[in-house]
Amino acid sequence: MYNASDLKKGLKIEIDGDPCVITDFQFSKPGKGQSIYRCKIRNLSTGNSFDKSYRSVEKVKKASLESRDFTFSYQAGDDFVFSDNSTYEEIHLSTEQLGDNQYFIVEDMQVEILFHNEKALDLTLPNFVEKEITDTEPGARGDTTTNCNKPAKIDNGYEIAVPIFINEGDIIRIDTRTGAYADRVSKG
Amino acid sequence: MTSLYSRDSLMQAVRAFFRSEGFREVETPLILKTPCMELHIDAIAAGDGFLRTSPEMSHKKLLARGAEKIFEIGKCFRLGEKGRLHNPEYTMLEWYRVDSDYGTALVDTQNLLAEVVNCRGDVPRAFSKGWKIWTIAEVFEEFAGWNPVEEFDADRFDLDLLEKVEPALPRNCPVVLKDYPAKLCALARLKRGDPKIAERWELYLDGIEIANAYSELTDPVEQRDRFESCGKQRRALGKVVYPLDEEFIQALETMPSASGVALGVDRLLMILTGVKHISDVL
Repeated sequence: MYNASDLKKGLKIEIDGDPCVITDFQFSKPGKGQSIYRCKIRNLSTGNSFDKSYRSVEKVKKASLESRDFTFSYQAGDDFVFSDNSTYEEIHLSTEQLGDNQYFIVEDMQVEILFHNEKALDLTLPNFVEKEITDTEPGARGDTTTNCNKPAKIDNGYEIAVPIFINEGDIIRIDTRTGAYADRVSKG
Repeated sequence: MTSLYSRDSLMQAVRAFFRSEGFREVETPLILKTPCMELHIDAIAAGDGFLRTSPEMSHKKLLARGAEKIFEIGKCFRLGEKGRLHNPEYTMLEWYRVDSDYGTALVDTQNLLAEVVNCRGDVPRAFSKGWKIWTIAEVFEEFAGWNPVEEFDADRFDLDLLEKVEPALPRNCPVVLKDYPAKLCALARLKRGDPKIAERWELYLDGIEIANAYSELTDPVEQRDRFESCGKQRRALGKVVYPLDEEFIQALETMPSASGVALGVDRLLMILTGVKHISDVL
């Protein structure tokens, strides 16, 4: 348990069984009154944000979070299947749980999965992934400026804005944290 | 540098005001054998004693020895108070006037702030309109829907004050909230004829609490009872219980009736210079 005075930005706590993170924090104390810790909190399961105030005497439950290393093994319908690097136990994550991350997962990719009470909560990919451009308008030859973008697609249909000089068959690097183009690895 | 010059100008204006009113500037100890016991104020230990959380007890001892109008500008220290409006070390302006009550204290405060604003040239937003004075019962009924004077609930009071009342206060005029529930009196006298009310007010500028004033309690028996009951509540909360300052209790026997005001200098400077965080004026 945390005391209310331990609360700070970034701390992970549990409220009504859900893991939450404190996204903003303010110490307040009305004249002669008790200390009140006013927090903005995001529920890590639902993504919802809300405000909550704690009095100094209140206790706050620690979120029991654990992150483990997995390797992507195969896709089964709408599920992506990963195996635990130490126990080889398999876990299924749905495309809904994965969000945009589903487009950046490649064979044998090493990922980190965050668990709350044995329930998968979040998945972290390597920061960059290499993908082939499968569809884009041909670029102007010799135009290597990057301040002008055009739409393109990668093999699984994910749409991404790329510089004019990128062509079909080029391999590019995508920043998985933002989903944006980073640089070109090789020409097709 | 702006805040350094502003602080200097403010201090000059404050000293000039109190001199013109016949007050004496005093300097009282920073390290006390025992700090003033209040339920939610914790002291920082220093050697065998504690850094003062307020100069209040030292000033009342001076009043008991014959001082009539005194003021002090000095550092006070409070454990664990850090935030946009709090710093563990901060500057307090404290003054006492004998043979007066919290009404006189309000007139002193209004005159002082008029002088401070006058010295600056331009008028900060918090002073653009005349003073607004509400009782605690009125603001709570209006903005929180209940009356803490009739039926007191400490937890609900603190939360509603912070979340419902303070945000609703006007920002363009000085606001005074007065007549607190008797349970929140600490060192204030109860209203004659209405023991549910403590003669205390708080001043807000731009929604920020700036000053606290009392008609001072001068009854040593009642003060001892309050400290002892406060000590019990602190023990129940797992907080340090400070020993009683017997010299202070004794001083109340000869202390004349008086009013006292404690004003946060750093916060006033925030209002005058228009900054949002106390660290910008320290």
